[in-house]
Amino acid sequence: MKELRYLENVTTLELNIDTCIGCGMCLNVCPHAVFVLHGNKAAIMDRNRCMECGACAGNCPVDALAVKAGVGCASAIIHGWLTGKEPSCDCGGGADCC
Amino acid sequence: MRWGIGRNRYRIAPGLYAVGVPNDQSPVLVSANYKMSFDLLRRSLAGLDAWLLVIDTKGINVWCAAGKGTFGTREIVQRVGHCELDRLVSHRTLIVPQLGAPGVAVHRVKHDCGFSVVYGPVRAMDLKVFLAAGMKATEAMRRVGFSTLDRLVLTPVELTGMIKSILGAALLLFIVGGIGPGWFSLTAAWDRGTVALGCLLTGIMVGAVGVPVLLPWIPGRAFSIKGAMFGLLVSLLMLAGIETDSSLPENMALLLALPAVSSYCAMNFTGSTTFTSPSGVEKEMRRAIPAQLAALLMAGIFWIGAAF
Ligand code: SF4
Ligand code: SF4
Repeated sequence: MKELRYLENVTTLELNIDTCIGCGMCLNVCPHAVFVLHGNKAAIMDRNRCMECGACAGNCPVDALAVKAGVGCASAIIHGWLTGKEPSCDCGGGADCC
Repeated sequence: MRWGIGRNRYRIAPGLYAVGVPNDQSPVLVSANYKMSFDLLRRSLAGLDAWLLVIDTKGINVWCAAGKGTFGTREIVQRVGHCELDRLVSHRTLIVPQLGAPGVAVHRVKHDCGFSVVYGPVRAMDLKVFLAAGMKATEAMRRVGFSTLDRLVLTPVELTGMIKSILGAALLLFIVGGIGPGWFSLTAAWDRGTVALGCLLTGIMVGAVGVPVLLPWIPGRAFSIKGAMFGLLVSLLMLAGIETDSSLPENMALLLALPAVSSYCAMNFTGSTTFTSPSGVEKEMRRAIPAQLAALLMAGIFWIGAAF
């Protein structure tokens, strides 16, 4: 299947090579194969595939990863703008929203 | 069940469930209490013996729940303690769906309840192969796709979420439609309102159904641009195809308003995709919303002007 891609150069994903211990957990959890392992260090192979889900950062045992995870619904972001709060998803318990 | 109405009936009680005849060696799989995922999980494990540890995610699926924080480290640790899982099984491994990973921290689960988390495949249908391979997922099992069917089943949720706004917009169209040389006319409100409502609904269908389904084949990356282009195409076809007595300003209004509506609706679909990042959506919106508003405003001026 043709791979769907979104905007380039927007993700907030950061990898701190110095703290990384090469455990490979980020490779396991990332749903978009953003990482590869080079020897005993992780490397970002294709950062533009990142959807900022936050799985890698939350599961890295040494906090070598940082990403501003959040919800990507347009309506949640508008709500965030209007209320000045972080966008949050409350589509009423929808099955597949956000 | 995909319509987003009355879905609260589609949850199951959290707790521990058995598939087949599990013993203290059997694998433990963690699941959300969204009935559709639970049934799918049970079906894909048919023929095996396993424990299912169901977390209370308020009846929503694992991915949404992990994003909202109702599926995560704390809930898993609590449920493990509640069900006294450590007395039930002799091993110390939990299989958690990979899509739940945004809410879970493997090292914290281990620290808090002694169980190691192994992330299972993204799709339940790969579970048997995953288990047979000694809990190893292939690269392909870890990737999230977004097929045409995936996208199609999401569109009703999109539409249901918009009903209130659609009703509000329709009311506005009938009111504005009635404005004319004689101040306000009910006949004009009805005649012009219904035409405008038709255009509004077309725009919504294009943006909320057409764009999601044809996503890979519409050029561009930004959803707002995909929506605007598709909307423009449809409005041109409408003008070319239908014999109408509409005036030039009315045609202009259509050409501006329909793409603006479909652009906005398409942009809203970003929340349902499996590959759009919040930073990207925000960037896109900062540019698209002013353009959409400007187009609507101009369309409104043309349309009201056409009545005089
Ligand atoms: S999870 Fe953290 S430590 Fe492990 S490979 Fe990835 S970045 Fe390195
Ligand atoms: S935030 Fe999610 S998509 Fe992005 S790199 Fe981390 S795991 Fe992959």
